[in-house]
Amino acid sequence: MRVFHADLHIHTCLSPCAEREMSPSNIVRLAKERGLDVIAICDHNSAENVPATRRAAEKVELTVIGGMEITTQEEVHMLGLFADDSSLTAVQNLIYSHLPGENEPEIFGEQLVMDDEDRVINRHRRLLIGATDLTLDEVVQTIHNFGGIAIASHVDRPSFSVTSQLGFIPDGLGLDGIEVSSWSALPLPGDLPVICSSDAHRSGEIGTRCTRFLMKAPTLPEIGMALKRINDRRILTGQ
Amino acid sequence: MNLREIVDQLQLEVKANEGSLSNEVTGGYASDLLSDVIANAQEGDLWVTLQTHQNTVAVASMKGLAGIVLVNGREPEADTLKKAKEESIPLLMSALPSFELIGRLYKLGVPGMRT
Repeated sequence: MRVFHADLHIHTCLSPCAEREMSPSNIVRLAKERGLDVIAICDHNSAENVPATRRAAEKVELTVIGGMEITTQEEVHMLGLFADDSSLTAVQNLIYSHLPGENEPEIFGEQLVMDDEDRVINRHRRLLIGATDLTLDEVVQTIHNFGGIAIASHVDRPSFSVTSQLGFIPDGLGLDGIEVSSWSALPLPGDLPVICSSDAHRSGEIGTRCTRFLMKAPTLPEIGMALKRINDRRILTGQ
Repeated sequence: MNLREIVDQLQLEVKANEGSLSNEVTGGYASDLLSDVIANAQEGDLWVTLQTHQNTVAVASMKGLAGIVLVNGREPEADTLKKAKEESIPLLMSALPSFELIGRLYKLGVPGMRT
């Protein structure tokens, strides 16, 4: 067992609100520079830059977990992390079918899909910044149905968090954990596992906040065990 | 003014707790952020929102609100209905959008602020 540093909430240039420098190879380079072992790519309602980021990390020791930051009907942001790409793609396609609207790049920003050498291969047309028509419960259930891990985004923030939108975390939601923007948000009410991540939209933010996991290997199943404190795996809370 | 009069005048659809329409409405509050309602709504307010999640009922109960009106014809989720019945919170629905409904409530004499 050893300590792994994970930043499990990083946007790429596919998110309209992220800067263009959040390209696959830049993210990988900066994550390594800043001592991270694991990153998760979580763009708004899409996972199309996950494959390129994973390819960009092939020659270095860095685990790239595929994920999404899904916007529920209540405008709650929910991270879904997936161990296998077919599940991730299936959830992405389901989310697309519940996501109305077209992006207007000059208003909301560009939504760039890149290859692993940061060449633009597509400009995504859906309104990724919008909300799905799926309820919070439906989103958590969907993540779980596809074997994913559901973590409520930045619960310490005054917008788009389960706490800002719904006042408090509903009983029986079945979350695997909650994310804070800063360890100084602790202690929080309730007993859900807490992670801290950067929610990086700019390259300077990558790895500025992260979670230390004590576990056997830098993989999502190990992270799942650490969240549940199985076989001595656990989160080391704090900086 | 009680809820019954408001329901009749504005043709609201009663989704739950017809029996609690004698609740006195002393003001109104409009917000879709439940954290904001927790912070700023006052006891006796009729709450206008488009959120249909069951937490609305818990918040209304905690704050002693007179009732909840869902706007734009939004239907409450099944567990929201169930919870509203358990907590005896009147759950109403209007086909009107928020701005229009709030304007009509104000015209009926429901104040946004107590002086």
